[in-house]
Amino acid sequence: MIVGEQKPFDEIWEMVKDYNKLTVVACNTCVAVCHQGGNKEAELMASLLRMKATQEGLEIEIVHVGVERQCEHEFYAAVQEMIGESEAVLSLGCGIGVQFMAEKFQTIPVYPGLNTKFIGDVVEKGVFQEKCQACGDCLLGITGGVCPITRCAKRVMNGPCGGSTDGKCEISKDQDCAWQLIINRLEAMGKLDRYEKLTPIKDWSKDRAGGPRKFRYEEGDE
Amino acid sequence: METVTDSKLEKILKSGQLAVTSECGPPRSADPEPIIKKGEMLRNHVDAVNITDNQTSVTRLCSLASCIHLKLIGLEPVLQMVVRDRNRIALQSDILGAASHGINNILCLSGDHQSFGDHPQSQNVFDLDSMQLIQTVRYMRDEGKFLGGDEIKVPPKMFVGAAANPFADPFSIRVPRLAKKLAAGAEFIQTQCVYNLEKFELWMKGVRERGLDKKLFILPGITPLRSAGMAKFLRKNVPGMDVPEELIKRMEGVDKKDQADEGITIAIETIQRLKEIDGVAGFHIMAIEWEQKVPEIVERAGLYPRPVIE
Repeated sequence: MIVGEQKPFDEIWEMVKDYNKLTVVACNTCVAVCHQGGNKEAELMASLLRMKATQEGLEIEIVHVGVERQCEHEFYAAVQEMIGESEAVLSLGCGIGVQFMAEKFQTIPVYPGLNTKFIGDVVEKGVFQEKCQACGDCLLGITGGVCPITRCAKRVMNGPCGGSTDGKCEISKDQDCAWQLIINRLEAMGKLDRYEKLTPIKDWSKDRAGGPRKFRYEEGDE
Repeated sequence: METVTDSKLEKILKSGQLAVTSECGPPRSADPEPIIKKGEMLRNHVDAVNITDNQTSVTRLCSLASCIHLKLIGLEPVLQMVVRDRNRIALQSDILGAASHGINNILCLSGDHQSFGDHPQSQNVFDLDSMQLIQTVRYMRDEGKFLGGDEIKVPPKMFVGAAANPFADPFSIRVPRLAKKLAAGAEFIQTQCVYNLEKFELWMKGVRERGLDKKLFILPGITPLRSAGMAKFLRKNVPGMDVPEELIKRMEGVDKKDQADEGITIAIETIQRLKEIDGVAGFHIMAIEWEQKVPEIVERAGLYPRPVIE
């Protein structure tokens, strides 16, 4: 899932304070799971903004609405009209949702209420961790199911580097050394001999480096 | 042993003599004088001088230009190259540039993470990792090709080195990791500073058991301690640095004004003991901002005079 974090309230306020009619739009998939952009958060954000507006002596009509996924057309049917009537939109979706809406509502400014952080999982209640960088050429089959591109600070493909100490990364004692995890996994699977195989030089053209990516699914291919 | 480059370091190592290398950090300015001054201090006492590449991620005069300054005054530089700041286009381009200036040695490193340096807000590159950089230099030299497959009319003839840290975790893969660097094409190894001799000996034992010491040259790193404070700092703050408690106690046991001398003595004793270890091919003396002490260490450790290569 995509993990986001709400921007500081003051930053959000600065973006939206000059409009008379604002719609806060929740996204009820990924960013709802991390409690940053779902219906509940949109409702709370709308009321915080209303309070701030009152304090500042400004009259802004602030409403909120939720869509299941801000990144797909079909989920907009019920809210299309309401959003279309807004002067501005504050999206609590990830960067994808913001862009999707900006493209959909050409004349309406859409502001990001979140900072999109990473693609990750829920390691424990309330703790989200980055797990994938969408490099476009998955290495997990040779690295014991632990991604060094994402989880090693230097994305070392043949690690660990000389900074690995007590299983932790040199940049932070709170960060596991990805290569320690890889070695542990290989060991547990009885495949430590694989460690000595050099990981080939990576083709980054399948990554962001190769330019913006697109994937087309042709139904006829099935 | 047959040499494949014009490297003086390669010639000395392959002649079976113990090699001595040292290290210079370039200044944080456009003035080359500090490099030249450090080079002059080392001139007669070491075989080659490493130039660090923006070490600890602090921006400095570049390694390549510093190497050229040393080369121009007749020293043998070792170009340190990290993969943090350049992609494969820039790395290969700098390798050609270095070779065009007669720089015959390269040390392939990953580089400290930029969060340690003066620009923690910067992007990092890590297009290749250090092992893949070793492969790259060897490929350019031996196959005469760029990674992209195009031919290099005049390939860079460089003697290829890598770092090893016998003290980092997990210890169990430290020998396999050296084997991996050998497989990637490393010809010489300069290690992390050796303070924990028992651990180093244990690592070397594993290295010999696999015959790795016969296939590449291992130069343990020596960094003299200037004070008990420095010893404690290294132990506490430098990841992958192993300074045993007894060494700290020994430093603390002498008067503050005599601690620097004690540090030099420890360095010399370390070299003496390392000389006894089968498979040690020389020493890499990194006296950080204390280069003037290198000649004394080399002399007192019985490594002087240095061999003369035509």
